[in-house]
Amino acid sequence: MKKISRRDALRLAGGLGIVAAPLLLAWRGTRGAMAPKEGVLGAVERANTSVEKFLYSGAEVSYDALTPGMGWPSYHVAPGDGPPIQPPGWRLKIGGMVDRPLSLTLDELMAMEKTTLRLEHHCVEGWSAVADWTGVRVAELAKRAGARETDYVEFRSFDGPPDERGYWSSWDRESAVHAQTLVAFGMNGKPLSPAHGAPVRLYGASKLGYKQVKHLTEINFLDRETGGYWENRGYEWFGGT
Amino acid sequence: MGKTRRPQPFVIRLTHWINVPTLAVMAMSGLQILRAYPYFGPQGAMYGGVIGPFQGIDFPDEVRLGGWLGGARHLHFAFAWILIINALVYLGYTFASGEFRRRYFWPPRDAKPALVQQIFYVKAFAWRVKRLVSKDPGPAPVQAPHDLYNGLQRAAYSGAVTLGALEVLSGIAIWKPVTFHRLAWVFGGYDGARFVHFLVLILIGLFLVGHLAMVAIHYKQLPEMVTGGELPKAEVKS
Repeated sequence: MKKISRRDALRLAGGLGIVAAPLLLAWRGTRGAMAPKEGVLGAVERANTSVEKFLYSGAEVSYDALTPGMGWPSYHVAPGDGPPIQPPGWRLKIGGMVDRPLSLTLDELMAMEKTTLRLEHHCVEGWSAVADWTGVRVAELAKRAGARETDYVEFRSFDGPPDERGYWSSWDRESAVHAQTLVAFGMNGKPLSPAHGAPVRLYGASKLGYKQVKHLTEINFLDRETGGYWENRGYEWFGGT
Repeated sequence: MGKTRRPQPFVIRLTHWINVPTLAVMAMSGLQILRAYPYFGPQGAMYGGVIGPFQGIDFPDEVRLGGWLGGARHLHFAFAWILIINALVYLGYTFASGEFRRRYFWPPRDAKPALVQQIFYVKAFAWRVKRLVSKDPGPAPVQAPHDLYNGLQRAAYSGAVTLGALEVLSGIAIWKPVTFHRLAWVFGGYDGARFVHFLVLILIGLFLVGHLAMVAIHYKQLPEMVTGGELPKAEVKS
């Protein structure tokens, strides 16, 4: 029988290390899955955000077949079965680092230059659905409010558990002012239904579903990233498509 | 190609063994991601036909990793880097070193030997059955001579590399279906790419079943994938 040389033993140890290290990392990742912004996986997410910002092309897309009305799932985080109730005297506020803060009624919004886009929805869960969205570009609202050159835009909602300030999501500026990012008040040629975010919701081609905030209350131009409802619970902050 | 190279050079062995845990984590976190929506096709137009049986597919807890959708996505997008860098090192090495000549399937050279090898397997199997029932089964069939790999092995390994490439490309398409909408279009759109991503995982799994079966049969060759194997005789210094 051949004797195992020191060199072979070192090789074997090195080989075992190669196989074991990723498994160890995965095991730690599983343990840390409820706090994914931390540790190695958190660092990788931050690195991935840079890659995603680099890859972001501002591509504009269009699609053919509409999803039949009954086929569109709709989610809310507010307690109870149905969508949240619109608060009386609702207005959409545009604020943060802007020269002219705005407070708009639905009629004022609908009087602005409208755009209709047929876009595909990509839910983080894996499903897709197509609809026509009618609304005003976030870029147009940014112009009207005199938004300064901040890197982030935060969208807030009246959907959400009562102990929090509602559902929200913060976006990178480029995706928010993309030509296919709307504050939408119409879906498939009809006024937006409460299930899909009435009176107005955010809808853009370039983000996953959890970043498309429904029941908008505020749009804030900010110089810092302010996370989001699902983002703070573990989904990626960038969530780009 | 250098005559002094071992059958399994260092870079080949390194990338092969890095692939083992990486593929396991990618597949297991992928199945956890699939669990959030285990259906294929767009909302309101789910795929039917031969894809029908896959709808609502459920995998047990033991083969999933990440705990929940968010955790699994972080694992998947982290280990994807290891997988892709490892694959690029492997591909770069095989082409730079000339290893691709003795590893990849080249139809004009390998198509016939692959068929001959296939026939040999059938004959060898028939001979073993004959040996069980008859006292004089005749001479055992002899395998055609070949160098490092026979044609069928080259077809199988090149097939696995192709499946890997398809898995990465369909994965990129469902990761960024808007940025890479042309790539997604090649796969039939976002939902097409998502199904391809799953189907190719199944095919990689089937390759692994075959691969492990061959390793079990030819177990004496397994250490070669660790040590690299013997240097060609003529070049060994006396």
